[in-house]
Amino acid sequence: MNGLIIICGLGLLAMISEIFKFRSVLFPLVLTGLLAALALNVWEWNNPMHISYFENMIGFDRSALAFSTVILAIALLWFVLAQDYFKSGQHLVDHYALVLFALAGALMLTGCKNMTTLFLGIETLSIPMYVLAASKKNDLKSNEAGFKYLIMGSFASGFLLFGIALVYGATASFDFEEIKAYIAVFQGELPGFFYVGVIFILIAMAFKIAVAPFHFWAPDVYEGSPVLITGLMSTVVKTAAFAAFMRLFMMCFSNVSELWVTLLAVIVALSLAVSNFTAVMQTNTKRMLAYSSISHAAFMLMIIMSDKGETASVNSLIYYSLAYSLASLSAFAVIYLVSKNGSEDITELNGLHKRNRLLTITLTIALLSLAGIPVTAGFFAKYFVLSQIPSDTLLWLTILAIISSTIAAFYYLKIVGSMFFADSYTKEPIVVQKSHAFVLIVCVVLLLLFGMVPGLITELALY
Amino acid sequence: MINGVSIDFYLVLSAVLFTIGAVGVFVRRNTIILFMCIELMLSAVSLLMIAFSTLHNDTSGQVFVFFTMAVAAAEVAVGLAILSMIYRNSKSIDSDTLSNLKN
Repeated sequence: MNGLIIICGLGLLAMISEIFKFRSVLFPLVLTGLLAALALNVWEWNNPMHISYFENMIGFDRSALAFSTVILAIALLWFVLAQDYFKSGQHLVDHYALVLFALAGALMLTGCKNMTTLFLGIETLSIPMYVLAASKKNDLKSNEAGFKYLIMGSFASGFLLFGIALVYGATASFDFEEIKAYIAVFQGELPGFFYVGVIFILIAMAFKIAVAPFHFWAPDVYEGSPVLITGLMSTVVKTAAFAAFMRLFMMCFSNVSELWVTLLAVIVALSLAVSNFTAVMQTNTKRMLAYSSISHAAFMLMIIMSDKGETASVNSLIYYSLAYSLASLSAFAVIYLVSKNGSEDITELNGLHKRNRLLTITLTIALLSLAGIPVTAGFFAKYFVLSQIPSDTLLWLTILAIISSTIAAFYYLKIVGSMFFADSYTKEPIVVQKSHAFVLIVCVVLLLLFGMVPGLITELALY
Repeated sequence: MINGVSIDFYLVLSAVLFTIGAVGVFVRRNTIILFMCIELMLSAVSLLMIAFSTLHNDTSGQVFVFFTMAVAAAEVAVGLAILSMIYRNSKSIDSDTLSNLKN
């Protein structure tokens, strides 16, 4: 909760910094604030108070704290990376404020315990992201990305609200725990529209995390938005949406799981099939990573659907989001640095090995982790997912997941190969700033560390 | 029963309004109409929320509608701002012009 308050305060500070002329100290201020929020999160973890605020609407238990720590840490790395992005162009202060408010929404989602905070968190996260996606004012592609994101986002919000209204109509409550208790008592006597409501909420959340068949906006939005904003979308936004998804379905609707588990199985199977076959054909790196993020979202959904009410699945969801976010952030960082003076085409990465060693090594580790190859964190992330799927009923899904990861490994390794062996059209070396190099090195070290000692996350005592 | 009207009627009415909005998002090409369709979806939900709130004699549903209205206003504000940028860059607000990102 303290982290959320600090981030909101930072957002307000960023807004007034233009008026009171402390714009130049804003960046160190934001970094200090994020570090303070992280420290307070760790402190709250060690001194659990089990307080929920605002009539039980929001409360940070240990799983929420773990998710918000992941989000804050990724955001911290992102800010260091984006420092010079904020220096170029106009209206920089607004960018800070928008990112910070989106972050506040993300933290609110990790701690939501009520439909109201769920809805407000999603909107607080999404509305600044619409603006950020369209933030290249004179670029029609960026405008288009922002517009598509907005239309699809508010369309999904409409579904979410309709679902919430139907569930409210059946249970007379917005509170997760009260809804759960009501379902447990009146199971079998619930009106038909309650189940429709749950399905509507599921569809809306599927839109937000971008899984097939509700994924069609994601590649366009990822391609059109500025690279760093895309990086933010695929890390912070995704982690927060999954934290909310987990809270909603594993905690609130766990008593009607037979209804949504089947639907999730279909969604997962479709996403795995669509994303990896399409990703192979992409020529734009951001588009390819968009399809890869769809397949990773499918893997994370598998954790939610194979949940048996054990903390192990929450742990592996946190591990997966951390591994995916780190790998994705470093991949987008490399694309950002490479595409500064070039295009975002996959061929731009050809012969990167001769232009900059650090970028090549980072992207190699990141792609190996996304592909799920051992020693990197991505391997254990996928391993935990596949080992948790009940093998008697969902064996076909496990097989599909393995086949699709093999296809995924093909297109990741193709890029790694072209970085080392293909000829680039230019030999001009890429200069990397110290702060950028720092972020890249931290990401690589963490990816390898979590890959070698997964127990750091999976043995966290969440309750 | 709310004042002698069964809750089913409210449910059907808001479902119909919601469907009109949702279909409109996919059918209409004018982006301003797209926003109207999304507003229609949200209003349909508000109607349903208030009906249930009255049925259950519980005010939290009505409070939720306030949040919905505030969020819808924010969304439209952002949407129209993006739309004016698009108009400046392409001199059109037809959603068919928005196809620079390949599928």
